[in-house]
Amino acid sequence: MTWALRDAWTVTLRDLQHWRRQPAGPLIGLAFPVLLLLMFGFLLGGAISVPGGDYLAFLFPGMLVLAMVFGLEETMTAVQQDAARGVTDRFRTLPMSRWAVVGGRAGADLLSSTLGLVVLLAGGLVVGWRWQGGALAALAAVGLLLLLRVAALWVGVWLGLALRGPGTVVAVQILVWPFAFLSNAFVPAQSMPGWLATVAELNPMAATVTATRDLFGTPGAVDATWASEHALLLAVAWPVLLTAVFATAAARRYARLGR
Amino acid sequence: MPDTPAIQTTGLGRSYAGRPVLTDLDLRVDAGTVHGLLGPNGAGKTTAVRILATLLAPHTGSARVAGHDVVREPEAVRRHLGLVGQHAALDEVLGGRENLVLFARLSRMSPRRARARADELLERFDLTEAADRPVSTYSGGMRRRLDLAAGLVLDPPVLLLDEPTTGLDPAGRREVWHAVRALVAAGTAVLLTSQYLEEVDQLAGAVTVLDGGRVVAAGTPDALKSSVGLDRLDVVVHDERDLDRAVAVLDALGTGTEADPPTRRVTTTVTDRTAALTGALHGLAGVEVDDLGLRRPTLDEVFFHLTTEGSRR
Repeated sequence: MTWALRDAWTVTLRDLQHWRRQPAGPLIGLAFPVLLLLMFGFLLGGAISVPGGDYLAFLFPGMLVLAMVFGLEETMTAVQQDAARGVTDRFRTLPMSRWAVVGGRAGADLLSSTLGLVVLLAGGLVVGWRWQGGALAALAAVGLLLLLRVAALWVGVWLGLALRGPGTVVAVQILVWPFAFLSNAFVPAQSMPGWLATVAELNPMAATVTATRDLFGTPGAVDATWASEHALLLAVAWPVLLTAVFATAAARRYARLGR
Repeated sequence: MPDTPAIQTTGLGRSYAGRPVLTDLDLRVDAGTVHGLLGPNGAGKTTAVRILATLLAPHTGSARVAGHDVVREPEAVRRHLGLVGQHAALDEVLGGRENLVLFARLSRMSPRRARARADELLERFDLTEAADRPVSTYSGGMRRRLDLAAGLVLDPPVLLLDEPTTGLDPAGRREVWHAVRALVAAGTAVLLTSQYLEEVDQLAGAVTVLDGGRVVAAGTPDALKSSVGLDRLDVVVHDERDLDRAVAVLDALGTGTEADPPTRRVTTTVTDRTAALTGALHGLAGVEVDDLGLRRPTLDEVFFHLTTEGSRR
């Protein structure tokens, strides 16, 4: 196990070396959610009315969640590139831990997403967002966000192994948007037509959005629907379920490389 | 264990979606030798290499590398094996040194040893100067050399080279050959696949020819050349008027006789080398001959002969 961890750390360090060599990509990745926050918060926000009346307070948890979901593109791109360039095969011929290839990926991506959260939280504080609840509740919110990132990680690993070809990353980057808009991240689900509202509330993102809003003490965070009232439970259950499904599928994909 | 073959396969087979791509491969490679695996695209060469490298499970038969079974003891196999694939498997963003240190660390070397080993290999493959530049700026030859170095991090007794010089210019190819010869002289066992028959002729002491996943011939390059019976008898006469007589003599000795009047050369394909040579000397008595020779077929000719036979089967 210690070797597995050491190998994983070596693979994680490789990604950190990438950041040092090519800082532009990660920097854009960090800046993009901040840019979105500014665009939605100040360009569009004036025309959107939300329960509680404060759009920035409503939007901000949604942006944090979106930043976590974007992470799956980062994971998928890295996994796909390593497979295409033969680096995955090189790893598979080394006397290293099998688990460490994905473990190292997880380490690097969670580090990068944690950094992304810190940057976005700082950006939020700069433009006037404040959490209203306790510090412990705020930390719990961050925990939920990282849990969602773990789920996105496994979806990304699976997509990276399952889909080949450079066009597929772009396709996923595009499809993330309708997926994100069909949630309560930007507008309240209850403002949508009935059946769409139900779909939006059952979007795995939505539970984390509602739960983090609630933990940050955002006024009007919780609607009088089942999904909204059980948001905390769902915000744990969804990522756990997604992780279980996609980690299994990814492990199977990985094993099938050799079968 | 000096008697353990570096590579041994028995009845090795593999299919994709029910279609066999490798059937019944028996192979033995000893330390300090190069074994060539020849065949057209899709002959099963890369499949064989991937099975030996523990990247792919065999469906039938068994394979051992340095005495370890590829299915039951993959970790042990990986400790004794270096793979250099068709495409350089390198991290393009990192520098050459960072790549080698990464692979050395993942081969369980201490940080200090990993760095020392990386420096050693960079020096040996003349990459010290470019060591800290990202690999994406390397030339094709430099990439290959770095890839080869990456395969040698653990100083493995067994090296699998899958078309190691594809896409290289002649100078780059020569560099790789030079490196391979040095390794073999030091006792490494090499399994080499190539589409350059000249390469196998240059490096390998034994050859296995695959076609459609099956072995169609095996032996030393020389034995293969004789076994096909494709020796060519060449005669160049001094006087053009003797051309007809030379054609008559050679036609009696071989098949497919051709004359080329401008060069006054007559060529025929013979099966019995000695009889052909004696017959030619006897039949051409009194004719002034500029050149007379028996030419072994090139491995290319053998290869095309064997693989077209294979496709007719």
